[in-house]
Amino acid sequence: MGLLTKKDLKLVKDPLFDNNPITVQVLGICSALAITAQLKAAIVMAISVMFVLAAGNVVISLMRNIIPPKIRIIAQLVIAAALVIIVDQVLKAYSYELSKQLSVFVGLIITNCIIMGRFEAFALANTPWKSFLDGIGNAGGYGIILVIVAFFRELLGSGSLFGIKVLGDSVKKTGLYAFGYENNGFMLLAPMALITLGIIIWVQRSRNSSLIEEN
Amino acid sequence: MSRNTESNTYTILFATAMVLIVGSLLAFVAQSLKGKIAENKRIEKQQNILYAMGVNENEEGSVNFISKKDVDNAFSKYIVKQYVVRGLKATENNKAYLIDIKKEAEKAKKPSYARRLPLFVGEKDNKTYYIVPVRGKGLWDAIWGYIALDKDLVVEGVYFDHKGETPGLGGNIKERYFMDAFTGEHIFKDGKFEGITVLKGNADPKSLDKADCEVDAMAGATLTGNGVSAMLKIDLKMYEPYLETLNQ
Repeated sequence: MGLLTKKDLKLVKDPLFDNNPITVQVLGICSALAITAQLKAAIVMAISVMFVLAAGNVVISLMRNIIPPKIRIIAQLVIAAALVIIVDQVLKAYSYELSKQLSVFVGLIITNCIIMGRFEAFALANTPWKSFLDGIGNAGGYGIILVIVAFFRELLGSGSLFGIKVLGDSVKKTGLYAFGYENNGFMLLAPMALITLGIIIWVQRSRNSSLIEEN
Repeated sequence: MSRNTESNTYTILFATAMVLIVGSLLAFVAQSLKGKIAENKRIEKQQNILYAMGVNENEEGSVNFISKKDVDNAFSKYIVKQYVVRGLKATENNKAYLIDIKKEAEKAKKPSYARRLPLFVGEKDNKTYYIVPVRGKGLWDAIWGYIALDKDLVVEGVYFDHKGETPGLGGNIKERYFMDAFTGEHIFKDGKFEGITVLKGNADPKSLDKADCEVDAMAGATLTGNGVSAMLKIDLKMYEPYLETLNQ
């Protein structure tokens, strides 16, 4: 197969499932809790992180031989910060409401441990193409979990998906609400995001016993 | 590689070059998107003003502005006049909503400067609304809003927003339950300017003998609430001379 060798494919696929940054490496939890009350916000966050991580990985990888080791963390920070600012400005210009909703979290992409972690652990030692794939894979793994959590939180918490009321109207009591169903407001709060995440980790580990650490 | 990436000279040169390149890149991006962002802010302002006078797409419990594509039409339809108030004098100015309240407040620190106060007159269903912008300090950062009054100086609706209040606590000033509680409050008491105070008192909206000019405070956000009270007292008071002429 043309562009992707087996090894390359592994770079993308591994972090999606068996080495997922959130559920296996337990990185980037903070934003996973904060931004998953709505599906739309979660997807935008996932795309933003994917852009920052993939582009950042490529830039770091291109510069890996010229970055002075003494200030490599600072150099990584500067690149991550610059990319985050670009994402923030573009969102403000083209998706203003969303950028208000994501507010501080876009700025906080830079503190997402996944980003600095991949820069340091992968991009500094690998070629740009491999680093790009690694960025896509890791951001994808992060995004998948974000979307799964957001799906359940928005569906059970607000009775909607992408803002569309799929379960009927809670005020006029149509659809499911006619049978006495109520939205669970607790789903919209951060603790339920953590519990949802815990359930995902549980399901994943029960299906793949190699993920369970021995104690 | 012949370059010695460990040397101090190289490190300093690298850092300098990196800062220059990244800095100019960001400046370029910011410059090229500036117009678009300013336009978004302008639309948001119009949406906020219309929201306060009840032109919005609210559903139960949620805050929904009128949509972006309708806002220009709605703004020219519902906002019939815009004034710049200076003391008792109000001059009509159909760009008044573009006045930057923050900059005006800065300039007004010089005693010689007569502050320009924007005021919007809205009309909906044969009812006249006077919409006053306010801006103050919350706990962490700026808070601002728009207060719609009717001709008897009773609050018809408000919109609040904030820059950095704690989500879930002070950030709740932009939630429906808090904003809706302002409707029906007077800002004058016995013919004297009183403002509206946010406090834990006899101000529960469901209470039958609820005190006037008071709004129930938010739990866990006393200081943001105090900020809202102060903002309303100070900024609405600047309009007092003009508003009094309406009340006669």
